[in-house]
Parts: sequence; structure tokens; C-alpha cells
Amino acid sequence: MKWQATIGLEVHVQLATQSKIFSGAPTAYGAPPNTQACPVDLGLPGVLPVLNEQAVRMAVRFGLAIGAQINERCVFDRKNYFYPDLPKGYQISQLDHPIVGRGKLEFALPDGAQRTVTITRAHLEEDAGKSVHDAVPGATAVDLNRAGTPLLEVVSEPEMHTPAEAAAYFRALWQLVRAIGICDGQLQEGSMRCDANVSVAPTGSDTLGERTEIKNINSFRFVERAVRYEIERQIDVLESGGRIVRETRLYDDERDETRSMRAKELSDDYRYFPDPDLLPVEIDAAFIEAVRADMPELPSARQARFETDLGLPADRAAALAEDAELANYFEAMTAAEADPVLAANWLLNDVAARLNADELGIRQSPVAAEDLAMLVRRLSDDTLSSKTARTVFDRLWAGARGVDAIIEQEGLKQMDDSDALAAIVAEVVAGNPDQAEQFRAGKDKVLGFFVGQIMKRTQGKANPKQVNILLREALK
Amino acid sequence: MADIDLDHLQRLAALRLNEAEAERAYRELEGIIHMIDAMRGIDTEGVAPMANPLDAVQRLRPDVVTENIDREAYQAVAPNVDGGFYLVPRVVE
Repeated sequence: MKWQATIGLEVHVQLATQSKIFSGAPTAYGAPPNTQACPVDLGLPGVLPVLNEQAVRMAVRFGLAIGAQINERCVFDRKNYFYPDLPKGYQISQLDHPIVGRGKLEFALPDGAQRTVTITRAHLEEDAGKSVHDAVPGATAVDLNRAGTPLLEVVSEPEMHTPAEAAAYFRALWQLVRAIGICDGQLQEGSMRCDANVSVAPTGSDTLGERTEIKNINSFRFVERAVRYEIERQIDVLESGGRIVRETRLYDDERDETRSMRAKELSDDYRYFPDPDLLPVEIDAAFIEAVRADMPELPSARQARFETDLGLPADRAAALAEDAELANYFEAMTAAEADPVLAANWLLNDVAARLNADELGIRQSPVAAEDLAMLVRRLSDDTLSSKTARTVFDRLWAGARGVDAIIEQEGLKQMDDSDALAAIVAEVVAGNPDQAEQFRAGKDKVLGFFVGQIMKRTQGKANPKQVNILLREALK
Repeated sequence: MADIDLDHLQRLAALRLNEAEAERAYRELEGIIHMIDAMRGIDTEGVAPMANPLDAVQRLRPDVVTENIDREAYQAVAPNVDGGFYLVPRVVE
């Protein structure tokens, strides 16, 4: 039998606010345990939550970015469950009246095909703390620093069908929330965590199979692997005559498998009710318009602008636009009058390779955008060859500043004296009569040998175009 | 008789009540259910459900860190702490 899988994702996006969603405690990551948790986050008696305006603004910004309805009235509810890292005994969340309604996320699959996935809703909630089970023997250690950190839970419709599609959706969401500045996107710090709902049914069936939920996946690769494993597991169970039990499963990346956490019916009794400590939130048109006016350019719009205004090929434009920081760096270069296509090539090849090798992000690049722009300009005006440009780049990377100063110091200026170059060309041709003969006999490849010799003699400062013209002349 | 599954509720709340406590909890829950039953008798035709009885909307707070965290003071009331962590009986699912 043929099977079709259906996948929906719930992604928790940590909002990049300074303070918690319901308290004035800081949200810094990696602080010593319980140094970021105030009495509100600790759930001490007598405290009251007060909603953070920036969290609301960020949620609205997300809603606008996915073309969603912003609900003018939203309500916070208590989701009740017992766990030591949830000191109040309930999580403040939104059930029936979320802040963001139905919208759409468009993205490209690795093969270039375009997909649109419906986002059912997005709601605001607070994060829980962290339980550490292996720090103190016989006890569970609780750190409440994360308690109260604002989250936007983004729920997709079950509209995806392959593991690659699920991973591409997660990646597109990651790009979007970074581009609009509502999340730092640090996956290894848990800034975005994803739960995947997976079911399989015979192909062509108009009902979905029973689903399982895979919890707490925190990387693009793990989304793909966890979903793939789970689809295969479910097909195995069904084909061997078993049935799928609705349950929560945990993905174990070391063993690359999912395993049952707990039966749903036992824990899924959250007894939601409106939180009496919080009044309904009203979001008026003026608030929405202010957020809209403040909205950074979306990656898709930026890509289009790079293609039409700056003449970049689609793949280069996409590679730059999908990373907001990289795109900003690129635009700083073009603002400094660097040729856009050359600038894009340098950024996506030389700079990207170096950043990768040194495990740096573009923000930590030792080369300032203005310096790289000047390097590109010196390439465009033929002061530098691609070889000498790399030398300058190495110096910049090592901390030197000022492209023209480096060119001057290192004597890298491309030869613009064509008589001197012609003399060198003539010498090289005369010094290698055998190769010259081969060329004349039609062996075009030998030209490369001559170019190499000339570049050696000029220490890479000759203009390759000019060398080519002079060589062909000399070899006639 | 109200239909109360006290075992289920204890499991959800991670509580273990002795017989006397269980009996008292049962009576209290019964009282709550009677009150809700009485409220169900009220004609609410045409009345929109309210999330809050106050005729007001939520005030928002600027995103500013205002709290000085005094961990030692907060942890003074905790039965067991170690290295800045709160310690609780081991929970493993």
C-alpha cells in the first residue's frame, strides 16, 4: 500500500524583548541560575502580571508579515499543569482568542519549488523554567531564569507532506522572525523550538490517520530527521497490522529515533480558563498602523529589489536576502558605491568561506563593509586584479584598515604601463620558443602557461585582459 | 451526586490526600459544582461571554527591566536550594 504523511508544526518563537512578558525581570541568556527571575516569575503569592507592550508589538509585527488578521481583542488563559519548573502551577497562554489569526507563509523548497503553508494562528504565552535532573544526585534542580520569557507560538495547518517540506517551513519561519527583528534565532540557545504533529494515511484517503506529536525539536536537521523517522515508524506499525496510538514522543538525536514520552490522555487535561489577573487586550487600528509603519523590509521584497534594482541573479539575491545581517552588510557595500554583482560574489564566496572557517557570523566580520566596498571598487577600476585583491583581502582580514593604503604599502597597484607590460610579454614569449611554437600549431591551452609566467614576473599586478591581448599579439 | 473523579484530580495536581482530606476536598468540590449548576439556571440569552467582570482593558507596560533580582532573599523561603538552584524531589517522566 502507498502511504501519504501529513505534518503540522507548532513553533515556539522566543521574542527578543529586554524584559519578561509579565514582569520587569531581565531576559538575558546564560546567566547564573535564578538571577533573572523576580517574584512574578517565581509565582510568589500576591504578585500580578503586567503585559509587556513590546511583546504585543512583536506579535502584531509577525501577524502583519504573514498577512494575518490581528484580533482586535485577545484574551489570556491559564493552562494548568503540575511541574516543578512551572511555579504557579499554570502557564499563561491564549486559547480561544489568540492575538494573531490565520495567515500564510511562502517559501521555497530545496529544489526551488514554491510552497505556501497556512498558519492557523499565533498566540502569546510565557515560557517555563528549566529542570535539571543530573546536577544534584536524587533531586531535580530548578532554574527559573527562563520562566516568563515571552513566546509566540506559531501553529501551522497540517498541510505539509514530506520531512524536507517541514524543515523548509521551519527554516523560512526562522528567516522571517529574524528579518522582522522579533527573535534572535539562536537555535542552540533554544530561541526557536518546534513540535511536529505527524500522521500517515493511505494515499488518496480523505481522512487523516491518528497523529503523534514529537516534542522540542531545535534544529532544521532534527526536524527533517525526526519527522522522517516518525513517518517510517508509523508506516511500519500500520503495515504490520498495528494501530497508531495518540501520544507525545521525544526525538533522541543521538539514536536518531523518537520514543514515547507519555500517553496523551493522562496529561492533556489542562483545564484552561481565562486568567482573572489579566484583562482582555485591545489592539486598535492606530497601534497596528504604527507597527506597520515600523516594519522592516521582508526577505521576499528585499530579494526582488536586489534582482530588479541592483541586477543580481536570483540565487545570489535570495542568498543575501534570506540573512538580514548579511543583506545589511551588502547594502552598506552598495551604499559605498561597490558594484552590486561583484560585491555579492565577494560576500557569498570569499567572505562567507572565511567566516565559516573561523566560525564567525557576519556581524563579527573583521572586515568592515566600507573596506570591502573599496576593495570591490578597486577591482572594478582595474587597480587590482583578482589575485592582488585577495592579497588585500587577507590583509584586511588580519586587521589592516584602508584598502588604498594597503595597495600602496604592498605595491599591489595593477600595472597600467602597457609598454612595460608589452616588454615583459615579449621577453616571456622569446624565452619559451617551444611553447610559442605549440601555440602557433593550434594548441590554445599553452596560453595559460604564458599568462602564468607573466603574472609571476609581474607579481600578479598585470591586468589579465591586457595580458591576453598583448600575448595573442606577440604570438602571432 | 456530582460526578467527581478525585483520583484524577489528585494526579493532575500531584497531590496525595489522606482519607479525611479527600473527604473534605470532595465536599468542597461538590459545593463548587452546585454553585455552577445554579449559575447554569440563569438565562444568559444574548449576553456575550466575558473574560473578565471589569469593564476595562489591559494596560501595557513598557519593555524595560525594572527588577533588581535578590536571589538570596527570594530563596530564603525555599525548603532546599543548592548552587542557586531550587531543589525538589527528583521528577523523571
